[in-house]
Amino acid sequence: MRSLEEINAKIKSGKVVVVTAEEVVDLVKEKGVKETARMVDVVTTGTFGPMCSSGIYFNIKQSTPKIKCGGGRVTVDGVAAYAGWAAADIMLGCTAMTDEDPRNAVYPGLFKFGGAHVIQKLVAGEKVKLQVRTYGTDCYPRKEYEAELGLSDFNNAVLFNPRNAYQLYNVAVNLGQRTIYTYMGVLKPRLGNANFATCGALSPLLNDPKLRTLGIGTRIFLGGGEGYVVWPGTQHVPNPERDAKGLPLTPSATLAVMGDLNGMNDHYLRAASIAGYGASLAVGLGIPLPVIDEEVIAYAAVRDEDITFPVVDYSEAYPLGRPGSLGRVSMAQLMSGEIEVDGKKVSTGGMASRARGREVARELKQRIAQGGFFLTRPVAALPGAELAQGL
Amino acid sequence: MVKKKLVLSFPPRLIQQPVTNNLIRLFDLEVNILRARVVPREQGRIVMELKGSAKSLKDGLEYLEEQGVQVDPMVQEMRHYGELCVQCTACTAVCPTDALTVEPVSREIVFEPSHCIMCESCIAACSYGAMESQF
Repeated sequence: MRSLEEINAKIKSGKVVVVTAEEVVDLVKEKGVKETARMVDVVTTGTFGPMCSSGIYFNIKQSTPKIKCGGGRVTVDGVAAYAGWAAADIMLGCTAMTDEDPRNAVYPGLFKFGGAHVIQKLVAGEKVKLQVRTYGTDCYPRKEYEAELGLSDFNNAVLFNPRNAYQLYNVAVNLGQRTIYTYMGVLKPRLGNANFATCGALSPLLNDPKLRTLGIGTRIFLGGGEGYVVWPGTQHVPNPERDAKGLPLTPSATLAVMGDLNGMNDHYLRAASIAGYGASLAVGLGIPLPVIDEEVIAYAAVRDEDITFPVVDYSEAYPLGRPGSLGRVSMAQLMSGEIEVDGKKVSTGGMASRARGREVARELKQRIAQGGFFLTRPVAALPGAELAQGL
Repeated sequence: MVKKKLVLSFPPRLIQQPVTNNLIRLFDLEVNILRARVVPREQGRIVMELKGSAKSLKDGLEYLEEQGVQVDPMVQEMRHYGELCVQCTACTAVCPTDALTVEPVSREIVFEPSHCIMCESCIAACSYGAMESQF
């Protein structure tokens, strides 16, 4: 139908036609798959929500005399960082906490300041306090170092998230007798509420459920800047069970992504303090899908009514690793504010933000339309996937 | 009939006095206590809904003022910080009175303070510090 080169040429000449994964639903309803595929060059997707498997690594400029962070102990704003590399490479995960934080000793813990908050400060242009204590060597004699540093003071700063953008996620409920505090939010007892964590029909991996057009090397919108899919995410499942539309029914794809932290911002990288659970980083992530054939549009036309998620009890079944679910509900039902579980009406709330996911998809659309974002051909498919012919 | 949701703050000397009882008995007001916190020798605070004729309500409020009870409208007590909110909608599932709802098309949070009963369920549910109680 059209090659990736043709799409990029259209982006360059400003003639590219881009629609979001929400807009494509109505377009297909009105004009059909064939005609929509003829008209549209790119479909943009978007999601925004806490993704705990996120973090940064950065490289500091050497002090005089030099210091070897590797093998020593490093904190940033008091939050424990990982320095088990060379002299000046430091990694900070978003869920890391300060030693002083009481965590859940005072239950439910508030987790007011963790690695995610450091990351948010950095992308917001604020300075953070780096403290290093280590051992001296002949080539790196210094043992202690303290400095107030901002993003521009680092040699490099990279967002690196081993597991983001879950294709399918549980809807969490609580069948127990007391309120529980989970990464799916506060869950009230006896089916008091149900929380979901997906952008549904706008979600990147639900618009290309078989991963035909994206893979390792795909350029994406990440945290307000640009990034890449670099690997399958951890816990990626290559061959999930699927429904007739190809949508996964069991745990499925995830992505490992990375990108330059410079250029990202605190609108799309936001620290979350999840009560009783921990700190996390809400990440804005969007993937452009090249319309190389009609199938791309057929999949991207997925509606909130089509996508279903398993309802899982987080009071017992989840913590004890019991398989099975309490049934499936559709994204449309979840968005209506109420679902039915075990014959009981349960009010629903989100962990992911559809409104901000929409901002991601619109911003990515705009960047492509204005010639500021070009599409890439994946260098390899993700495990279990087969890249589309002609890509 | 007039209805008003108010926050009453009692100084320590009034904690032993049956002020609320007097509102009912002397001024014929219907009192619905939504929340209360009494710390002996320090302060008492009550969120209540008062219902009665315009005159009873006026007289009742004057009585509270005479007694030295600070009366504040409730809307100032719970705040939704729009710039911190990411519109995730987690709060809407735990709000018992639909003070926090989702606008179905924009998927953005709508906070209606007049429906809020200050239960503070939303505070723990919000991971972004966008809800704050002054209670």
